[in-house]
Amino acid sequence: MRNQAPALIFGIVFGALLVYLFLPGAPSGPARDAQDLSKAEQENLAPEAARGGTLRVVRDRGELLCGVSQGLPGFSNPDDKGDWRGIDVDVCRAMAAAIFGDASKVRFRALSAKERFTALQAGEIDVLSRNTTWTLTRDTVLGLDFAGVTYYDGQSFMVRRDLGVSSVLALDRATICANTGTTTELNAADYFRTNGLEFEMVVFEKTDEVIAAYDAGRCEAYTTDASGLYAERLKLKNPDEHIILPEVISKEPLGPAVRQGDDRWADIVRWTLYAMIEAEELGVNSANAQEMKKSDNPAIRRLLGVENSYGQNLGLRGDWAFQIITQVGNYGEIFERNVGKNTPLGIPRGLNALWTKGGLMYAMPVR
Amino acid sequence: MIKSWLSSVIGLSSAIGLSGDNALARSFQDPRIRGWLMQAAVLLLVALGIFELVQNTVLNLQKANIASGFGFLENPAGFAINFSLIEYSAQSDFLRAFFVGVLNTLLVAVLGIVLATLIGFSVGIARLSPNWLVARLAGLFIETLRNIPLLLQLFFWYFVVLQLLPSQAESLTPGGGIFLNNRGLFVPRILWEAGTFAPFCAALFASLVLAFFARKKFALEGWKVLAIAALPPLLLLLVLGWPLSLDMPVLEGFGFQGGISLIPEFIALLLALSIYTGAFVAENVRSGVQAVPKGQVEAAKALGLPSGLIMRKIILPQAMRVIVPPLTSQYLNLTKNSSLAVAIAYPDLVLVFANTALSQVGQAVEIIAMTMVVYLLISLGTSLFMNWYNARLALKERGVA
Ligand SMILES: N[C@@H](CCC(=O)N[C@@H](CS)C(=O)NCC(=O)O)C(=O)O
Repeated sequence: MRNQAPALIFGIVFGALLVYLFLPGAPSGPARDAQDLSKAEQENLAPEAARGGTLRVVRDRGELLCGVSQGLPGFSNPDDKGDWRGIDVDVCRAMAAAIFGDASKVRFRALSAKERFTALQAGEIDVLSRNTTWTLTRDTVLGLDFAGVTYYDGQSFMVRRDLGVSSVLALDRATICANTGTTTELNAADYFRTNGLEFEMVVFEKTDEVIAAYDAGRCEAYTTDASGLYAERLKLKNPDEHIILPEVISKEPLGPAVRQGDDRWADIVRWTLYAMIEAEELGVNSANAQEMKKSDNPAIRRLLGVENSYGQNLGLRGDWAFQIITQVGNYGEIFERNVGKNTPLGIPRGLNALWTKGGLMYAMPVR
Repeated sequence: MIKSWLSSVIGLSSAIGLSGDNALARSFQDPRIRGWLMQAAVLLLVALGIFELVQNTVLNLQKANIASGFGFLENPAGFAINFSLIEYSAQSDFLRAFFVGVLNTLLVAVLGIVLATLIGFSVGIARLSPNWLVARLAGLFIETLRNIPLLLQLFFWYFVVLQLLPSQAESLTPGGGIFLNNRGLFVPRILWEAGTFAPFCAALFASLVLAFFARKKFALEGWKVLAIAALPPLLLLLVLGWPLSLDMPVLEGFGFQGGISLIPEFIALLLALSIYTGAFVAENVRSGVQAVPKGQVEAAKALGLPSGLIMRKIILPQAMRVIVPPLTSQYLNLTKNSSLAVAIAYPDLVLVFANTALSQVGQAVEIIAMTMVVYLLISLGTSLFMNWYNARLALKERGVA
């Protein structure tokens, strides 16, 4: 019994210290209150910003570290040669094109829903581009900053066709499978409660296990972002036996996120995205960009870096947008290539059409 | 800095020790006091180190604009949990979600330990059976299960259980409101009329006392003890006019209502943990039994004791001294391994708190620290209990004086 004593004492001392230091409102040590940080420490506030920011770190490293999913067709999924493909992947490729003039200088890191924020917080990746919903909590207390929306999505439910159900409202007392650590879990709880329905939730960390459990009949329904349902349905034994119910129960604006506190880096992500949308709006694509340099439309000339040097303002090369468009494409090309009508997912543009075509995709003016 | 301070202290103390013969110097020369001082210094160093570590972490979190503190525990969790021993809903706070996780971990750990012990002792003894087939089968069981990673066994049980069991509409049922299907095991729940449950518990306690006296004072055995023990609760129920009813599970729509339900994740986890650990316990039991000197068995046989009695009264009590220490570490392993639950969606502490809650509030340091403290406390509690038990088993030297 005696040999337990040191461990017990250690545990108690450690626990007590933790509790004391984290008590709500407790200062983080008497001499170290955030207000009277020494000057040196203040400069250290955003360590990356002090060292010339994430951009500098990425340049010195020679490649971009991009956090993606563990395999979601259309968004981030390795193809049969092991190359990553998808909208979220192309966003990172576009950033590499803008930064290095070479879209291939990206290293991808596959992350589960649960791992993603910790990986970004801890600096394992430079940008998180992993079908991640922009929410207030994530934007504030998680220390993240969302740079824009790459895909407007919403949460839906998939069921077996032979269940004979055509609405989520008919799923009273059903069992629902989902991914843990997602907005999905929270939305489902809200929706069933507000509609006075009961349900049982089974949550897994890995999507492959969710799918396996759903396929094995553990649950009546699988719920996640509608785009995710279309993508995951392809992985089922008989995709045709499953239908996606019409209700969309939430807003899921998916977009890339970076660490808070490096505004210039956030700007680079944001304007990479806008450049792709602006290019589609201006009719510039990967095939005609070279040609378009001769256009006399000033907006096109600005975007392609023929006039002015917006690239330099961002800390990038003058032809940043030209590189993005020629190496990766405009937003419409990326959409069609990865999830559009001619892909197995076959998703219509819908909300993701340009604002000029009844959608929500709207780039701030590049000027 | 601390290093130079320490060396100056040591330097100073030895200087005093060398130079003078006053009381202070002498006490420094006393190895016991010197030992204590060194211990105190080390403890101080460790405490300082931990303090620095925690303080730095808090500061860094603040710099990165990541929230810190335990305030989030009072916020509504927002997510549902499908297996809970206490009242819980998505509107409950994170602290309650934490306790749901703790209790679910404790439940599977305690039941797992009981089952693993039963399996381990049965298989371990079977392994030494004179019956060739029984011994070989037990050996096969042990060697196979010890050598396949637990995670694989967990998936095996989970998906096998899921695939083999029928849908809810085609539930397996032996009648009596018991149903088994791919949503779990459903059994009736006993409902007590208000205020009758506590007296019943008291009656059960009375049964225990009665049984004890029946055995110790009146040397009764077997069914007679049982019959006497059954008296108080039965009498009480009759006097109160049978105040219980059964809440039967019934299939309504997509799910069973009423009764008690055990989800497949729980069943699979319990099976995997107790069988896997049971295989290790079996080996401990075998080596414990083999450690008992042969002469003991031979002597018992010579006295004409039947073999069951030899095992229970002669071999096992002596073998226990060898079995208990490694048994303790198997119990600890089982508890820690229960955190693999997360792979098959059993809502244990890791899934509910270190996974779901963590990704909803993002406060990794606090949440992981709380989770670690829980496992530490459970493990220390188990060790303390097992060490006490071990001390009780130890050979007691009769006073020869
Ligand atoms: N958009 C939601 C859900 C994101 C999510 O994790 N979705 C799952 C299902 S579509 C997924 O990405 N699976 C792929 C993987 O496991 O990597 C969120 O940000 O919380």
